[in-house]
Amino acid sequence: MSEGTFGNPTVVEEEVDILMIGGGMACCGAAFEIMRWAEGTDLKIKLVDKAAMDRSGAVAQGLSAINTYIGPEQDPADYARMVSNDLMGITRDDLAYDVGRHVDESVHLFEEWGLPIWKTDENGERFDGSKGMTTLKDGGKPVRSGKWQIMINGESYKWIVAEAAKKALGMDRIEERIFVVKLINDKNDKGRVAGAVGFSTREDKVVVYKFKACLLAAGGCVNIFRPRSVGEGTGRAWYPVWNAGSTYSMAAEAGAELTLMENRFVPTRFKDGYGPVGAWFLLFKSKATNAYGEAYMEKNKAMLDDYPPYGHAAVPASCLRNHLMLKEMKDGHGPIWMDTVTALANLRETLSPREVKHLEAEAWEDFLDMCVGQCGIWVGENIEPEKKNSELMPTEPYLLGSHSGCCGIWTSGPDDVGAPTTETEAGVPEHLPAGWNWGYRGMTTVKGLFTAGDGVGASGHKFSSGSHAEGRLAAKAMVKYCLDNKDWTPELDTDVQTLVDEIYKPVRNFLEFKDYTTAIDVNPNYITPKMLQFRLQKIMDEYVAGVATYYNTNAEMMKVAGEKLDMLKEDAEKMRAKDLHELLRAWENYHRILTAEAHLKHIEFRQESRYPGFYYRADKNFVDEENWHCFVNSIYDKETKQWTCFKRAHVDLVDKSKLFK
Amino acid sequence: MPTFVRTEKCDGCKGQDKTACMYICPHDLMKLDKDGSDTGHAMKSYNQEPEQCWECYSCVKICPQNAIECRHYADVVPLGGSVQPLRGTDSIMWTIKFRNGTMKRFKFPIRTTPEGSIDPYAGKPEADMANIEKPGFFNHNEQNGYREGDPSELICK
Repeated sequence: MSEGTFGNPTVVEEEVDILMIGGGMACCGAAFEIMRWAEGTDLKIKLVDKAAMDRSGAVAQGLSAINTYIGPEQDPADYARMVSNDLMGITRDDLAYDVGRHVDESVHLFEEWGLPIWKTDENGERFDGSKGMTTLKDGGKPVRSGKWQIMINGESYKWIVAEAAKKALGMDRIEERIFVVKLINDKNDKGRVAGAVGFSTREDKVVVYKFKACLLAAGGCVNIFRPRSVGEGTGRAWYPVWNAGSTYSMAAEAGAELTLMENRFVPTRFKDGYGPVGAWFLLFKSKATNAYGEAYMEKNKAMLDDYPPYGHAAVPASCLRNHLMLKEMKDGHGPIWMDTVTALANLRETLSPREVKHLEAEAWEDFLDMCVGQCGIWVGENIEPEKKNSELMPTEPYLLGSHSGCCGIWTSGPDDVGAPTTETEAGVPEHLPAGWNWGYRGMTTVKGLFTAGDGVGASGHKFSSGSHAEGRLAAKAMVKYCLDNKDWTPELDTDVQTLVDEIYKPVRNFLEFKDYTTAIDVNPNYITPKMLQFRLQKIMDEYVAGVATYYNTNAEMMKVAGEKLDMLKEDAEKMRAKDLHELLRAWENYHRILTAEAHLKHIEFRQESRYPGFYYRADKNFVDEENWHCFVNSIYDKETKQWTCFKRAHVDLVDKSKLFK
Repeated sequence: MPTFVRTEKCDGCKGQDKTACMYICPHDLMKLDKDGSDTGHAMKSYNQEPEQCWECYSCVKICPQNAIECRHYADVVPLGGSVQPLRGTDSIMWTIKFRNGTMKRFKFPIRTTPEGSIDPYAGKPEADMANIEKPGFFNHNEQNGYREGDPSELICK
């Protein structure tokens, strides 16, 4: 094989049975599960990751808590209820319930593999995870920092989970630094996926895969909105910057049905560093106040009455908590403070000096395990939390399906929990399935295309552990799918040369035009990925309810945004790549644009403001339970580049009224 | 806090084709400047896109020469602080220096088993193909973590 050159890459074609795209928690779970089911089947399996599995995905940096652990004392139905209420009533109970009943199996494995999990002794004293106390599997008591969360020493969480995945799969089935950018439909069945194409970010090489099934689990979407920090601080996104919407855009282009793409997550976090607040609220019992020491959750409590029943649960939906805080900010009562000083002083009253020292370490570890950048803010601004309070701020919007958001792909669920088998809303395109399960758990509406983690829509609050479990469920179903389709051979609907030309277009744009001007970044024939990203962020921020408008938009603003996005999509064809690193950025941004467009189309279609505090349609500023207590789903036509949005009926599979008793 | 590489400490991972920081960065930021044409420092690595740095510290933690540190985002944070880890096989040590000179040190466990010791299927059952369409993983409840749930909670079943 001849060496590729920049502009003329080597083309490697490979046929496997199952391709896993991504290396985060979901694909690590899939890697561990799949090899056992595939034993003795001769199925050829491969995993590709655009980064290195030891530190890829949303858990790359580490975590200080596992946010989904059911425990023996709670029921998966309780979990499904919480997920539903936090996401304003519209989630798939079948998917949440299924994660709930399986997730602890993964958490117990993490501990077996070496993840230190905090424990409580019989006197209620907390210990870190290195003290050799009874494991969760054998009845050990975790430290709950909330009803569903448990504390860990999680700096090496991903490193540990990846080690198990890599050992299970074997390094000869893994290729890192391969960025898959497009799925390819089958030549004889456009409702089926037959392959994928991507490139190496380390050598001039395009890879073309053919397969029977693939797991697309490449994270959520960050950086489609202008971030609050726009200099060096641009990188300090709350969710990892390498989540580029690849999961949603590639699935959409392959024809997969998306769901709830109007949903977004706007986390309230420590200002600028975006450090986690969960432990501060739930473990250290800290309160958030306006500038004058007033606790806005109490002061503005009556505002929750505008959104029954979601405002009336013991823990109101996350977006509504933002809604109450935004009121203070808009009224000019900022800054918003996390009162760490009072919280730690209160705790000190009942603790021994040894415990106080431990408490200080816990507070720092919370950041050091998962958000070192917040410590950077603290040291730079001389903030010691026992002496000085910290500001809180709602971030720019993020799209994701595994954390406290629920956008994603419409996915086949379990068939044993009472999920609907028919559809009662009119307008669902005929080729799409009617009920909530169509044979293979984790499969999208495109045959052979599976997803997990951030990819699965309408089922938030899975977090790291739930994503791992969901990857395992998909792995098992993919093996079954391949065995059921043993004699089927994939054929790509596009010839390889066309695919190579498309993927390397930004490189060729650069090589063709680079000498036209003296400064390589300013050239009328191409646009740098960075400037294209700025344009996308400006459009989304100013017209589609970013921070610039306090998360407000309306139909007229979205109309303008749509026109601007159309031109941006055209200009995306003119992105340049001066090296492989920029080719990576170019394709990430292509994925971002399509994800952003889906977000816009869904918000436009939903004639209400379902998530007050995350976004407001100022022209439809209410929650309309009568007409919009339903899913908004969509499909994308890659030929016409048009979206079709439609409703799907929502059905409760567990009784939600228990939340309000 | 984009990462930066200390010129006198980085050895380019001794002339190997890729450096540890290039290997690990989740966002493809670290680059080995082989001939010095990018930075003036041949065979040393650098952060090629600091405004995309998530401060995940993956490069800082993995660097065998401890050559990588962070300088807090200049557009946000006052100068003078530093947060520097030393990651071992079972724990991590953090040295934290405030702008005003206050120092703190913390040590946290990171792992209870030796690195590289995971044997994923040791002691685990094989998959039973008869169960491939049922709930549960190949090692169903071997971890004692399957939560069956009260069937009466499922109101449509």
